[in-house]
Amino acid sequence: MRALAPAVLAALAFAGCQRETRDFRTDPPVLAALDDVAPLPNRIGGAPPDVYVALGQPYQANAYALSEGKRLYDGMNCKGCHADGGGGTGPALLDGWWRYGPDIVSLYVTLRDGRPRGMPSYADKLNSEQLWQVAAYVQTIGSYRAATAATSRNDQMQSRPSENRGPARAPLTEPPSR
Amino acid sequence: MGLKAYAFETSIRGALVAGALLGSQTARADPPALGLETIGRLELAWTFRTGNPRGHAGAPAVSGDSIFVLTPFPHALVALDLQGHERWRVVPDSDPRAEGLATGGGVTDGPVLAGGRLYLTTLDGHAMAVEAATGRVAWDRAVASLDAGETLRNAPLVQGGRVYVGSAGDDAGARGWLAALDSGTGRELWRRLSTGPDGEVGIGPQFRSAYPTEAGADLGVRTWPPEAWRQGGGSPGPILADAELGVVVYGTGHPAPWNPDQRPGSNRWTSGLFARDAATGAARWFTPTNPHDEHAYGAASPNLLVDRPWRGVDRKLLVHPDPNGFLQVLDRETGLILSAKPIVPTNAVSGLDAGSGAPVRADAKRTHADTMTRDICPAWTGPVLAEPALSAETGFVLLPTSRLCMDLEPRDSGVIPGTLSIGANVRLKVPAGPAGALVAWDLEREAPAWTAEEPLPLAGGVLATGGLAIYGTLDGRLKALDARSGRSLWEYRAPSGIIGRPVAFTGPDGRAYLAVLAGVGGPLGQAARGGIDVRDATAAGGLANAVRQAAYRDILGQGDESGSLLVFRLP
Repeated sequence: MRALAPAVLAALAFAGCQRETRDFRTDPPVLAALDDVAPLPNRIGGAPPDVYVALGQPYQANAYALSEGKRLYDGMNCKGCHADGGGGTGPALLDGWWRYGPDIVSLYVTLRDGRPRGMPSYADKLNSEQLWQVAAYVQTIGSYRAATAATSRNDQMQSRPSENRGPARAPLTEPPSR
Repeated sequence: MGLKAYAFETSIRGALVAGALLGSQTARADPPALGLETIGRLELAWTFRTGNPRGHAGAPAVSGDSIFVLTPFPHALVALDLQGHERWRVVPDSDPRAEGLATGGGVTDGPVLAGGRLYLTTLDGHAMAVEAATGRVAWDRAVASLDAGETLRNAPLVQGGRVYVGSAGDDAGARGWLAALDSGTGRELWRRLSTGPDGEVGIGPQFRSAYPTEAGADLGVRTWPPEAWRQGGGSPGPILADAELGVVVYGTGHPAPWNPDQRPGSNRWTSGLFARDAATGAARWFTPTNPHDEHAYGAASPNLLVDRPWRGVDRKLLVHPDPNGFLQVLDRETGLILSAKPIVPTNAVSGLDAGSGAPVRADAKRTHADTMTRDICPAWTGPVLAEPALSAETGFVLLPTSRLCMDLEPRDSGVIPGTLSIGANVRLKVPAGPAGALVAWDLEREAPAWTAEEPLPLAGGVLATGGLAIYGTLDGRLKALDARSGRSLWEYRAPSGIIGRPVAFTGPDGRAYLAVLAGVGGPLGQAARGGIDVRDATAAGGLANAVRQAAYRDILGQGDESGSLLVFRLP
């Protein structure tokens, strides 16, 4: 009995490990289908593609996807304008005020098509999966609620409370002026 | 109690009536000028709200009984009469993409009045001429390209029938340039770049540098890694002209990206001072002030042209408060540095190498990729962000200074069109003690004559008139000091922080006026206006970190939803 206990515990522990399957390369048809968003006519809000739902919304609740989004956020110069979420020439992302809506489809459309006041289009720089990763990461920066997944801490300057501390949004105060 | 109040009121009214009568009598006899004795009597005549919440830098232009204001982006050019009534308004078409490239709060300057026309530049890259009498647009040229990351920040310089325009966009990876336009038609006469082959930079037989390091072919290419000069920054700040020498003088901006390890070499001709032939644009001399710029200082700070004896010889001087913290006095005929003394606490640069004029950098404050360097002084914003002034009565140079420091951690960054390739994590810091000061610099002694310390950095220009030093602060105080001693004589509380430059003028009625724009913003004030989340220390170029500190916190909420023009008058 005494010898059995560690074995049972080990078996239970291994049973608890579910290894996430990750493809080196997303199937091209899936990539193409992931771009099939249906934004509302004013380009704010809308429906995600069917495949996004069929895949079980794989980006917003996946730490790997969020970390990839964070890496791209740095590499694609998002920091140049939005800093680490606090804003600069671009609006802040931490503060819970979203010019074009807080939902993931609005964020995807923002990244893919750009917005008039200086936000460039990343359609020719990132594929649809990368766009979803960045959109999911940006959404966690200014999240209204705690997420079940978070990225790791900054590799460099710890410029703000890390993403895994729950909702980053400040208590709703005055909206930012223009 | 009620009776007492009534009696008080009537006595006040009586005094006011008597004062008004007395005032009108003296006005008729001899209108007083703005000076040490009269400043205390200065009173607000009227205000004009611009309806624009961005930072209002620069100064209005004044002609006769008209006052012209160029509001921040999206711009409106407004002509007012001296009672504050609007005469006309020109609203140029604007490209909203410019907002995304508007680093440092996107402040602009202008307009400039010359020969009955107003000349102005817009953030989205247009240079315009407008008839001052009617508001008719004489010409409108797109000179800077937003697609290339270029914006226009500074007021144009109008001199000798030419309009000089310099580009901004260091952080967007744009190649900086200076262009001359024909003032009559707006036709471009020439354009010289800050980096690249000699032909494009305008380096030719006329070029004579005071320093041997500047000799050699195509330094604008060879002092960069292959092709890196194409992304090089280099944007002119305020441009000054010396008609007698026939030159225009300006500083170039910092190279891009901030990360110095991505661009080994001295990165000519960024972060230095250029003198160019006013007619052809050919370079006369170049003096590097921050070669291989490691701290994103650039050299595009506002300068002064001063003619005065130097060590017993009359010389034509250029007073250059370099962003590295040293006030440099140059001979503007040759570019030779005559003096360099720190005007704020510095530790990034310990002094200047006499042979090359280059700064001697302190090893402890050098920066490298993925390495945090703490407490670099001054911060990338530099000690002097707005126009200094020469006080004619005292000979002192009045410098509005900022003493902010910074932590800087360069990181790899590529140039992506439409984005800013800052290439560094940066946070500004408020040092122990006052964060700013008005420094009255004695050129003769190479030392401050007096220093008026300020709790916040100064970000607006100084006006020197009638023995006074008049300037505004980020927390909205307009102050007048005695330029001889720094003694405070007068103060007015404005509805918003001031980053503009006061102007004094005499109206057609013979009375002395003072006008200033209030509207906080710019690299040291933009966090006051909202839209920046200060929990991120790197927000707004690192300003958020400074604003979180006690001394600076007062400016939060100082932003008004609209800037305003304040016009004061002597009774």
